[in-house]
Amino acid sequence: MPTSVSLDVNGRAVTIEVDDPGMPLLYALRDNLELKGPRFGCGLGQCGTCAVLLDGEPVLSCETPLTKAANKKVVTLEGLGSPEQPSPVQQAFIDEQAAQCGYCLNGMIIQATALLAKTKNPSIPQIKKALADNLCRCGTHLRIIRAVQRAARNA
Amino acid sequence: MPDFVSTRRDVLKTGGALLVTFTLAATACSALAQSSARNKTVASDQVDAFLSIDADGQVTVYSGKVDLGTGLRTALTQIAAEELDVPLDQVNLIQGDTALTPDQGPTWGSLSIQNGGMQIRKAAATARKALAEMAAQRLGVSAAGLRIEDGSIKAGDRSISYAELVGGSTFSLKVDKDAPVKDPALYAIAGKSVPRVDIPPKATGHFTYMQDFRVPGMLHGRVVRPLAIGAKLENVDGSSVNDVPGFVKVVREGNFLGVVATTEWGAIQAARKLKATWSKWEGLPERTHLWEHVRATRVNSDEISSNVGNSANALSDAPKRISATYDFAIHTHGSLGPSCAVVEIIEGKITCWSASQAPHRLRNQLAAMMAIPLDNVRCLYIEGSGCYGRNGHEDAAGDAALLSRAVGGRPVRVQWMRADEHGWDPKGPPILVDLRAGLDRAGQVVAWESESFVPEDGLKPVPLVAATLAGLPSATEPPLQYVRAKFQNVFAENSAIPYTLANVKTVAHLLAETLFRPSWIRSPGRLQSTFANECFMDELAASVEADPLEFRLAHLDDARGIELLQRLTTLAKWQNRPSPQKGGGGIAQGRGISYVKYELGRTYVGAVAEVEVDRRTGEISVQRFFVVHDCGQIINPDGVKNQIEGNIIQTVSRTLKEEILFDRSAVTSLHWATYPILTFPEVPDVIIELIDRPNERPWGAGEPAATIVPSAISNAVFDALGVRLRSVPFTPVKVLAAIEGH
Ligand code: FES
Ligand code: FES
Repeated sequence: MPTSVSLDVNGRAVTIEVDDPGMPLLYALRDNLELKGPRFGCGLGQCGTCAVLLDGEPVLSCETPLTKAANKKVVTLEGLGSPEQPSPVQQAFIDEQAAQCGYCLNGMIIQATALLAKTKNPSIPQIKKALADNLCRCGTHLRIIRAVQRAARNA
Repeated sequence: MPDFVSTRRDVLKTGGALLVTFTLAATACSALAQSSARNKTVASDQVDAFLSIDADGQVTVYSGKVDLGTGLRTALTQIAAEELDVPLDQVNLIQGDTALTPDQGPTWGSLSIQNGGMQIRKAAATARKALAEMAAQRLGVSAAGLRIEDGSIKAGDRSISYAELVGGSTFSLKVDKDAPVKDPALYAIAGKSVPRVDIPPKATGHFTYMQDFRVPGMLHGRVVRPLAIGAKLENVDGSSVNDVPGFVKVVREGNFLGVVATTEWGAIQAARKLKATWSKWEGLPERTHLWEHVRATRVNSDEISSNVGNSANALSDAPKRISATYDFAIHTHGSLGPSCAVVEIIEGKITCWSASQAPHRLRNQLAAMMAIPLDNVRCLYIEGSGCYGRNGHEDAAGDAALLSRAVGGRPVRVQWMRADEHGWDPKGPPILVDLRAGLDRAGQVVAWESESFVPEDGLKPVPLVAATLAGLPSATEPPLQYVRAKFQNVFAENSAIPYTLANVKTVAHLLAETLFRPSWIRSPGRLQSTFANECFMDELAASVEADPLEFRLAHLDDARGIELLQRLTTLAKWQNRPSPQKGGGGIAQGRGISYVKYELGRTYVGAVAEVEVDRRTGEISVQRFFVVHDCGQIINPDGVKNQIEGNIIQTVSRTLKEEILFDRSAVTSLHWATYPILTFPEVPDVIIELIDRPNERPWGAGEPAATIVPSAISNAVFDALGVRLRSVPFTPVKVLAAIEGH
């Protein structure tokens, strides 16, 4: 039986019809809403590429059932800023050229945004700890750390 | 904001051929709308294959080499803009489209700037020369008196633009190998750290990766792989998935099995629920006996990579002899986003969108597998998650082709799940190296011999999984232009050494088979060879109590190499002393050096690793890497640094942690918990010094810095503990065993 789930995505009220209410939020965002920020990396909660903010808290959308997001506010990478008007964290990643393939950036920027909302001037170990569950295969870690530091400085 | 991705929204029907234009990239649209695009040549001796200039003066570069997440798009744009004297934003780049771009070979081997970029530079130089000649004629002056600025050619106060000269039409010129290229002293764009054009959209969720690519009417496919690599599909119970919402079809062809659904989640559910039985197969060796197995594998032929003097005699005469064996585990590429492709078939013509590093090769393979003429297959590259060699993208394309054919050619997107990627991407093969050397009484190396055991496959295309499972062909013979003059086998590269010795013999035994489909992962062969050679060099230095850096210099006869090592001495504040250092404590500290001249003919890299080892737990923590890097002319310094950082960090991960696990039937490390990679808290600092040589030719930077990592770490651990690690990965268990056996 198709079910309707209503939620707020990037400030817009949306209703998603799904056959399976247990479907992870990730597929609703990527397939139903055609968003490209949240990414599929493992579907197992091991890599962090699918992260979104759910009522301001970072969650892994690959293991969050869509129904858990009902009537909540979801913010994705697109919701933080645009190429023309990037958020301060996004701008810091651009300024530090903190990407190789950039596939991990969604998770990195979502986590960094959540970290900086709580910790104004994180130390390098704090940054590393906050990002410890986010994998990057290209080895862009040092630039990502510098980007988070820059975003903290500019805040 | 360029979208970088071609779609099918605007299809030009030209004489039955489908031509694709570009959605958001307005500039590319206009370039392609030109008549020249309809019959665009892809012959790599033609300027038009690489370049076009539209009526607005916008330049389009057509590159057969593709950006694998390395920043190549930006670097190639810089090369073309520089040579043509146009602003960067006046250059658009189309990459990896078999209908539009020349075949410049796969994007591999750190050759995209060195070869691909230089082809583009030559085409641009030819175009520039032709434009100047046209302008001279139109302006009635001699070509020598012209200035070229911003896409305009000027004589006194008169000027004529590129657009006025050729806008919208073709050059119809052969690339002139002798066309004068610009003097690097005049460079304004090349050689600068131009920011990458793809990072703003990537940082904001506006970039279309392959994994995001959609076409109208697209269905979703998933594959169901055998439980054992060689298992036969015995039975499929199609009724097990009939009630999955959106389910369309189960596709079975031999041992190939997949599902198609209208939604992605439907396809995932169907693949999970599908009941199938497979025969038993236990054709893999016991993992605990992997190295005996490799050593016992039949040798098909030997490749002698160097043979100087008489190593056998010199070795038996040497007063001091040393031997050792090194091994390097099986690795997966482990791209963060699993492989993905979309295929559709219309009237017998295949269009395939994938992130393959080799769209032209993939085209051959799809044509063979689908028994379709090559002209009816078009492969388009769309950037995916980082690619470090031939990973699973081609295979996902093969899967999508079989699934699309089974649903009447409708477009089908295949997204591999994490277990498909870890389990079925082709692997970096297990490599074993035996070394022997002799030293004279003065501590000089007088003889060096090595034998490496490597798979034979070398440079041939890796067979498509779908073709193998379905019992179909997939074009495994290398197209002629890829066969190298020097070695047939990439895994034999760098088995010869960069030092000048009187007696050397290095041999690669090419093995008839290996466990998994072998492929090239970031610096195949050169990584494993350099690990063995540079650790062994350290063993030799230690055996005569020499400083390892000075010992290398004493055997080196190469001015660029010597300069590099001297600069490394300063950068790393290297203290002249032999290893190991004396000292105790629970946490031991050490430093190790390594050096490579890539393929003994290009990029030089030297590095010093600093490590801490916990004697109690056996854990190695790599603190920092100092790297000096000479790849000749640098196109984008920040881009090169980014590649070096990536090479170092990724290879620290491979060296410390990575190893594919398997049982007798299949890979068992199917996700990140069983195949862990380096995480933020474990990442070393990387301090880089670039040697720029603007007047030299540019060499590659995508791989060379990877090769020195395992040896630099092993040598640093020896410096710290006095024990030698000869088996990658350097897990705590192996470190503790080495301490115990010491
Ligand atoms: S895709 Fe969600 S954690 Fe990997
Ligand atoms: S930049 Fe490629 S995975 Fe992080």
